Amino acid sequence: MIILEDVTYMIEDFSIRNVSLKIEKNEYFVLLGPTGSGKTLLLELIAGFHIPDTGRIILDGVDVTYMPPEERNVGFVYQDYSLFPHMTVEENISFGLKTRGFPKEKIEERVKEMMSLMNISHLAGRHPSTLSGGEQQRVSLARALAVNPRILLLDEPLSALDPETQNILIKELKGIHQTQNITILHVTHNQTEAMILADRIGLIMNGELVQVGSPDELFSRPLNESIARFVGIENIFRGRIKSNKNGMAIIDLGEHEIYAVTEIGEGDVYVFIRPENIILSKKPLKSSARNVFEGKVAKLTNLGPIMNVELDNGLKIFITKQSVEEMRLKPDDKVYASFKATATHVSRRMR
Amino acid sequence: MFRKRRFFVWIKRNYLSIIFSMIGSIIMLFLVATLFNMLLQQMILSPQDLLDVITDVDVLRSVGLTLYASFLATLIAVVLGTPFAYVLARHRFPAKSFIESIVDVPVIIPHSVAGIALYALLMRRGIVGSALESLGIVFEESLWGIVAAMLFVSVPLYLNAARDGFKSVNPHLEYVARSLGAGPLEAFFKISLPLAFRHLFTGALMAWARGISEFGAIIFIAFYPMVAPTLIYYRFTTHGLRGSRPVAVFLMLICFVIFISLRMMTKRWEKTK
Repeated sequence: MIILEDVTYMIEDFSIRNVSLKIEKNEYFVLLGPTGSGKTLLLELIAGFHIPDTGRIILDGVDVTYMPPEERNVGFVYQDYSLFPHMTVEENISFGLKTRGFPKEKIEERVKEMMSLMNISHLAGRHPSTLSGGEQQRVSLARALAVNPRILLLDEPLSALDPETQNILIKELKGIHQTQNITILHVTHNQTEAMILADRIGLIMNGELVQVGSPDELFSRPLNESIARFVGIENIFRGRIKSNKNGMAIIDLGEHEIYAVTEIGEGDVYVFIRPENIILSKKPLKSSARNVFEGKVAKLTNLGPIMNVELDNGLKIFITKQSVEEMRLKPDDKVYASFKATATHVSRRMR
Repeated sequence: MFRKRRFFVWIKRNYLSIIFSMIGSIIMLFLVATLFNMLLQQMILSPQDLLDVITDVDVLRSVGLTLYASFLATLIAVVLGTPFAYVLARHRFPAKSFIESIVDVPVIIPHSVAGIALYALLMRRGIVGSALESLGIVFEESLWGIVAAMLFVSVPLYLNAARDGFKSVNPHLEYVARSLGAGPLEAFFKISLPLAFRHLFTGALMAWARGISEFGAIIFIAFYPMVAPTLIYYRFTTHGLRGSRPVAVFLMLICFVIFISLRMMTKRWEKTK
């Protein structure tokens, strides 16, 4: 279990501010955030490479805030693998066991076990510079796991790998988590990675932990506009709740009014809708969708996997490219845009 | 016809490198002319003088003293300079750039200035010289004076090389070693030191060479016992070129042999790694 209490740390012109977080035993927790948001620094604080300016860090009930890294029993895997270049694979993996003074036979046994767990037994005598990225990452994981750490800290472990190797390692990480009974804190900027692996996700931006929740919660119910943008919710509307009856709110977006399911009462709000939840059709759909808007296509902009569709009624929406392609949509086509009241996420907007 | 055109295309493409190489060859010519003129004149025109020098006890003693004193200075630089270089490489602290500038001072000041400064500090009447004399360490006209002068001028070379060496070791490696249970000292000796070793070795070699070549700073504090550069100067003033050149050639040849063999040794290490 990892507990951070109000941790603040300043380094040069960057700071981690008031981070409080509780990660349960054997949880797979992903810290998600854009580059330069302080994710790595937070991991290094937990590992003890830096001492926080204020706050406490507690691992399995022990206050380790001022404990040196070598006494914390924390496994660390860097994005650059950080294998010791002057040692063979075997020597890398046995390093931690040797510093802990295990007997020789025990070390050999454990190294063999780790190498077979990570499928790298055939690399035992090789030097890191002769290995591929995926192989190096496996060695790095084996080295961290060899000493039976109470928690495993992974700093962008998959970012430097090709997509195919990434997929394989994602499966292996899941396997390790299940078989080794270990708490894992995994840092990444990759949302897919976070969604697949995480029990819970913590979103960090500009040195602050801005939202913590299940993958589902984070990706469909962001707390504010910048979180929504980061997690890829392209449709963000500013509006005002006119009324709310039993959780069904009518929201004024200026030119349009929509229905949304929310507990929030009257006041200024953001409305978030994921691109895949808006359906475009050339004929009115017979569906339960409460929100249907009719209009002519004024402009189509290709944004990669997402399309921006502007309608002549003033509505600007982002939808998945696939749905546009299937309809062979072109300017001047008459279309219906519809989405369910439950497909929206509403959050209060401060003036 | 076709070949000719290709030649001109090649010249057009590479004209910058061609001009730069020509400039470079002028410098090379200057270096080679200076060294080989002396070497060849001595070996071809008066080989007997060179042979006489090799059996001259005074010359052998001074060359031996030079190599030994510079070795001692380098040893001190390595023992005291390695931890210092590590701190400079790994930490930021106030006045760090000031300290780094101080380290570079011996490189930029004239050697006679260094000699005067050392003499003022280490002479029998100097602040440190008088204090150490009571412990039996005398610098004036002694081996220790020579070592001190050599250390003063050569330590920046070692410090800078060692600092760059430690800087080239990714701090992540030390962090990981620490997380695997190694204390700071163990991480230093098992990770940082072996990985920076090549830089440290090259730095020590440069410092040693620098010590051997020192003359200006040494004569102020210890004209005697004579190191080889002092002997060469002394013979030049008393016997002219004919008396000093064989000693110079002999010292140069010895340095060549030593440095080339040490370089080859480091090359071999790199290959086995």
